[in-house]
Amino acid sequence: MRRATAALVCSAVVLTGCATAQRPDPLEPMNRKVFAFNDAVDAAVLKPVAQVYKAVLPSPVQLAVSNFFGNVKDAWSAVNLFLQGRFADGLSDVMRFGTNTVFGFAGVMDIATELGFERHGEDFGQTLGRWGVPTGAYIVWPILGPSTVRDSIGLPVDMKATPESVVSVSLTRNTMTGLRLVSTRAGLLSATGLIDDIALDKYTFVRNAYLQRRRSLVYDGNPPDEEDPDAMMPPEAPAAAAESAASAPAPKAR
Amino acid sequence: MLKSRWTSLIATAALVLATTVAQAQTAPDAWIKQISGEVIDAVKADKAIQAGDTQRILALVNAKILPGVDFQRMTSSSVGRYWRQATPEQQKRLQEEFKTLLVRTYAGALTQVKDQTVELKPLRAKPEDTEVLVRSEIKGKGEPIQLDYRVEKVADGWKIYDVNVLGVWLVESYRASFSQEISASGIDGLISKLAEKNKAAAAKG
Repeated sequence: MRRATAALVCSAVVLTGCATAQRPDPLEPMNRKVFAFNDAVDAAVLKPVAQVYKAVLPSPVQLAVSNFFGNVKDAWSAVNLFLQGRFADGLSDVMRFGTNTVFGFAGVMDIATELGFERHGEDFGQTLGRWGVPTGAYIVWPILGPSTVRDSIGLPVDMKATPESVVSVSLTRNTMTGLRLVSTRAGLLSATGLIDDIALDKYTFVRNAYLQRRRSLVYDGNPPDEEDPDAMMPPEAPAAAAESAASAPAPKAR
Repeated sequence: MLKSRWTSLIATAALVLATTVAQAQTAPDAWIKQISGEVIDAVKADKAIQAGDTQRILALVNAKILPGVDFQRMTSSSVGRYWRQATPEQQKRLQEEFKTLLVRTYAGALTQVKDQTVELKPLRAKPEDTEVLVRSEIKGKGEPIQLDYRVEKVADGWKIYDVNVLGVWLVESYRASFSQEISASGIDGLISKLAEKNKAAAAKG
């Protein structure tokens, strides 16, 4: 086990070194193959099942299922917020988990949101990001989908924090994992339909959207501006932009 | 007959003038709040739109949203450094095809509107700023959806030049796809790819 961890860390370091501005996606050839495989599996199995799930189950039941899994995520989110040193937000997620577990019948009802406790949804990948671990190369995993080196390190830890990981009977555990996947997929049906409509190349689009979204999540929806050589400025803007950059206080390094 | 037509014409002109003047004085966040509120109300009041009537949705988008969007800037930033290499004719076609693609996407999203409300986040901008980030959240059932806008000041108010859904900026997302397409098959290649995409979607309904 220890050797496997060491190997993972080593390869992570190597891969991190590979992702540069010139080569944002060093694993692209392999990633594209896995992406195509995932797409095929999704079209053949996951999407049809999710469509049936959405069509057949009454929506209150669907909501209850997604609330139940969401509730366990809130507990894990609280742990991550504490790890990031954000104690007020962490306490708020503890309150969420407590309220929904006790008064929401083990989490099937989301009462905390009605009471004004907003969900934070932090995972271990975001915690690593807060700690300053670089993103590393983009990786597409079979079935699990888009990820990065950093998020992949977080992945096994995050998977420990699902309700089924405490269930010892394997049939129940597998059913729960299946239900969780289908429930998640059903929630994404309209979004994936949209991607089919607007993306010129689905692989590039999903990669870009994933990386942008993860970056935004690490900075809680407000990431600092990136240096952007390709950006088009309106003719009179460059001078003004330089001026405001000079007068603005330097962005805080995270 | 003729008189009543004149009266309505003058009334319309006055109304248009009034809204333009009002717009020039609004703060960018109030402006966004106003348009999104109007659009959501229009969808809620219209059964045909909720049922997915494409013509009705397009009419709504054309009337309420398009006047507030700077498509020229949105397209040129998405195309990035290749924009200068394109002929005026190519630029025009790129802009038209991109607009069709985006309008259709937006129209599709509008049919999903049910009981949502828009909530604005505090604006962090100085009154003299000409480019402002307006941040908002769509609240309904389930998780709130982050929706941010980059807006620029124009003569008669504000115009949107980039949109962010759930942390993903539209222009940045398309820039990678566009440059990939252009380096593979040129600007004309990108134009025909967009046109192809639009034709397929139109055939689908």
